[in-house]
Amino acid sequence: MTAIDERPVDPGVEEPPAATPAFEAAAENADARRGFLLALPGYVYLLVFFVIPVLIVFVYSFADRTPGGTELANWNLDSYRKLGEPVVREILRRSLWLAFLTTAICLVFSYPFAYFMATRSPRVRNLMLVFVMIPFWSNFLVRNYAWRVILGPDGPWSSTTETLGLGSQDLLFTQQAVVLGLVYGFMPFMILPLYASLERIDLRLVEASRDLYASGWQTFRRVLLPLSMPGVIAGSILVFVPSLGAYVTPEILGGAKSTLLGSYIVIQFLTARNVPFGATLSVVLMAAMLAGTLAYFRAGGRNL
Amino acid sequence: MTATTASPRGLTRVVLSANVAVVFLFFYAPIALLTVFSFSNDRNPSRWGGFTLDWYREFGESQSLQDALRRSLWVALWSTIVSVILGTSSALALERFRFRGRRVFDALLYLPIIIPDVTMGIMMLIFFGDAIELVNDIFGTSYTKGIATITLAHIAFNISFVSVVVRARLAGMDQRMEEAARDLYASRTQAFRHVTLPQIMPGIAGGALLAVTISLDDVVVTQFSSGPGATTLPVFVFSLIRKGVTPLINATSVIMLTASVLLVLLSILTEGLRGNESTTTTTGGTP
Amino acid sequence: MTDTEAAVSLGGITKRFGDVTAVDAIDLEIADGEFFALLGPSGCGKTTTLRMIAGLDFPTQGSLRIFGEEVGTLPPNKRPVNTVFQNYALFPHMSVVQNVAFGLKMKKVPKAEIGDRVAEAIRLVHLEGMEQRKPDQLSGGQQQRVALARALVNSPKVLLLDEPLGALDLKLRQEMQRELKVLQREVGITFVFVTHDQEEALTMSDRIGVMNEGRLLQIGTPREIYEHPANRFVADFIGQTNLLEGTVEATDLVCLANGVRVEAPTRRATPGTAVSVSLRPESATLHRRGNSPVDVPCLDGELTAITYLGNALVSTVALDWMTVEVRMENRADLDHLTVGAAVSITWAAGALAVVGD
Repeated sequence: MTAIDERPVDPGVEEPPAATPAFEAAAENADARRGFLLALPGYVYLLVFFVIPVLIVFVYSFADRTPGGTELANWNLDSYRKLGEPVVREILRRSLWLAFLTTAICLVFSYPFAYFMATRSPRVRNLMLVFVMIPFWSNFLVRNYAWRVILGPDGPWSSTTETLGLGSQDLLFTQQAVVLGLVYGFMPFMILPLYASLERIDLRLVEASRDLYASGWQTFRRVLLPLSMPGVIAGSILVFVPSLGAYVTPEILGGAKSTLLGSYIVIQFLTARNVPFGATLSVVLMAAMLAGTLAYFRAGGRNL
Repeated sequence: MTATTASPRGLTRVVLSANVAVVFLFFYAPIALLTVFSFSNDRNPSRWGGFTLDWYREFGESQSLQDALRRSLWVALWSTIVSVILGTSSALALERFRFRGRRVFDALLYLPIIIPDVTMGIMMLIFFGDAIELVNDIFGTSYTKGIATITLAHIAFNISFVSVVVRARLAGMDQRMEEAARDLYASRTQAFRHVTLPQIMPGIAGGALLAVTISLDDVVVTQFSSGPGATTLPVFVFSLIRKGVTPLINATSVIMLTASVLLVLLSILTEGLRGNESTTTTTGGTP
Repeated sequence: MTDTEAAVSLGGITKRFGDVTAVDAIDLEIADGEFFALLGPSGCGKTTTLRMIAGLDFPTQGSLRIFGEEVGTLPPNKRPVNTVFQNYALFPHMSVVQNVAFGLKMKKVPKAEIGDRVAEAIRLVHLEGMEQRKPDQLSGGQQQRVALARALVNSPKVLLLDEPLGALDLKLRQEMQRELKVLQREVGITFVFVTHDQEEALTMSDRIGVMNEGRLLQIGTPREIYEHPANRFVADFIGQTNLLEGTVEATDLVCLANGVRVEAPTRRATPGTAVSVSLRPESATLHRRGNSPVDVPCLDGELTAITYLGNALVSTVALDWMTVEVRMENRADLDHLTVGAAVSITWAAGALAVVGD
């Protein structure tokens, strides 16, 4: 083959210039501009419909509550002071406790589950993954509602306890039911990051540890757990933060005594009409989320 | 690594296997029971009273449920279309370019995913309330919150989900492929159209399916972005549940659940294709 | 354009990434029809140089001409060169034919002509019958051929190859080395290829440019580079060698550190200059002490280790002041060499090369 695509030699056209730092910089700038323009629509959208709303909530948390509603003047810290009131502290304490409980239960069941998954053959692994993904992405409301049906009067739960001779054990509208619903809703959020980090660990390390006289427990404590820590933290954040802000589950499964932070925020807006305080509680929840995320990146995690 | 000495033995193995069984039972038994009760001929939604399809018939005949379903589909369609476009271009920008503000944008894109939905809902409640008031004051219009604001809110979180999925796909693609296209006389646009786009298509499709699923499932953000009388199916069902449970809710729930399971399976399949399955029917350049 | 014009001509080409100078003011002329290798360790700037010729990176400074035409600021799709990428970068969603036809399609070559040229290119790389396969249905060697065909079909003025054989196993690599060489003669196109494998560079190329830390250290034929390395880095990087420290005493006479005077071409080195003398392991011969030929300078030492390579033996000899390796063909008469023996090392006239720093 010969070069048949010679560029036509046109004496009228000037030869392109040789490269200079200025040209290189211009080319880089053009590239950066292309990237910026590509990002711009999404960027602007999120600025308008996400960042501004966040800022508005922040601003409202310092607003003044008047008998007629909310006044964007007389900026004050009243709403933040209100966080110290016993009623509020009780709700915050309860939310933290139930969220912690939910996270702990999820972790206890998910870790061995994820480890079992990670030690399977790729085929079994992928199949198990699909069966975890289905509840992960399927309708949260409906899945919580299923427990309402199970725990309902004369439902499967009560007939089971009666058959077992335990008598009527009403769970519906209790804190236990809320935790049950939260665990049910968020367990896949724990399993998936745990699996992702366990799967990345070279399992020959476990063999090496056993070879070096470690017991099963020691191997878990000294090898597996430290290496899978990013997964533990990611999973815990993904369960803890939404549990803290849970609204749907307590509404469906909880009773009067199980108001959690999420429902309490909603009450401020829809019932109590205390917008500044609701905004303050939202800021608290966002702060919890940011703290969790930072802790995750501190612990060496990269992607959620 | 498949099962070797790393895979547990003895008692540990029994406990691990039992745990897996318990977890799967926990995941699927409630769904199965709910499905069974949706066919139960009893006014109490938690009790079996013989087989019937009445509740599904009732779902089909309920005007308010049908309206809610139609609105849900409308919101899902438009929020998906817009978020796929914005999310894909964001993913391309972040994965292939260096520009000022890139890191901030990168972090910003994650926030809608991890923010608790109550917070996001409250944000939308205040924002749309104030924004619509402002717009009406300036232009003398009388807009209210409704299906449009719901769609706008859904786009805000779906951009993030789409961009995460598409980015993963872009990151897995050899960047030299685009350079090879450029080296073979393709302009930037041509390289994108002929090489990049076909390769990230499974990612875009997966992201779109995810966006549809999330949009169809969302309760909290939707509830706070919606106006009177214009809600989606999940929000409508949520309000029904709070009024009291009925077998009709069972049937509606099973329908919603089936839709989301189908969508999840579809997106898992799409991702699994990885865009390199052989299609023997494609024609080459030579006769 | 004249016949003597260089295919590729680099004038002071420099590439900086932030504070790092990846390529430092390289001057290089590659002749038309030449098979030229850019050789160096990873991170030496060889791939960046190739990418600049391809247009995938723009130079920070300097002139880059292809057959006399300045192309340094043209985008890759406007340059008359094509590239065979490392790991090939084949388009996985296209068949072999579609891959090969891609460049012609982009150039808007008429359809009928595309068909002919693609068929010709596929014949050239012996891939008949694979036309409709997808890249993932091909072996590594076949993928490599598709990459070659995809580039060559465009009749580039210069073909660039980035570690083209790096992904292949040893046997296939050796086979492809021969084939590439034949192919290059057949098409008559200038090949510029980048490799970190010195053996590959020596086997295939007409000339080699050795690079390190962004600089071009030596340009020459494989023989020149191997036998007369310009400096310690080149001597050490190309094959194995023993570097004996010494001082230039007079023209073509070097006094080694142990006082032995040896003859070696000192070239421009002036008397009194500290130099290294390169003695290739295969150029040295080992004798039992006292059995070495008289009137020839030799180095005395003790044999400390013998490595058995099958077709050869590598002996490690400890001198008073350094350790030297000697490689000899494995013959029956080497039995007298045992570890601990007192030995002498000699070499043929002209085997020594003086290298600067």
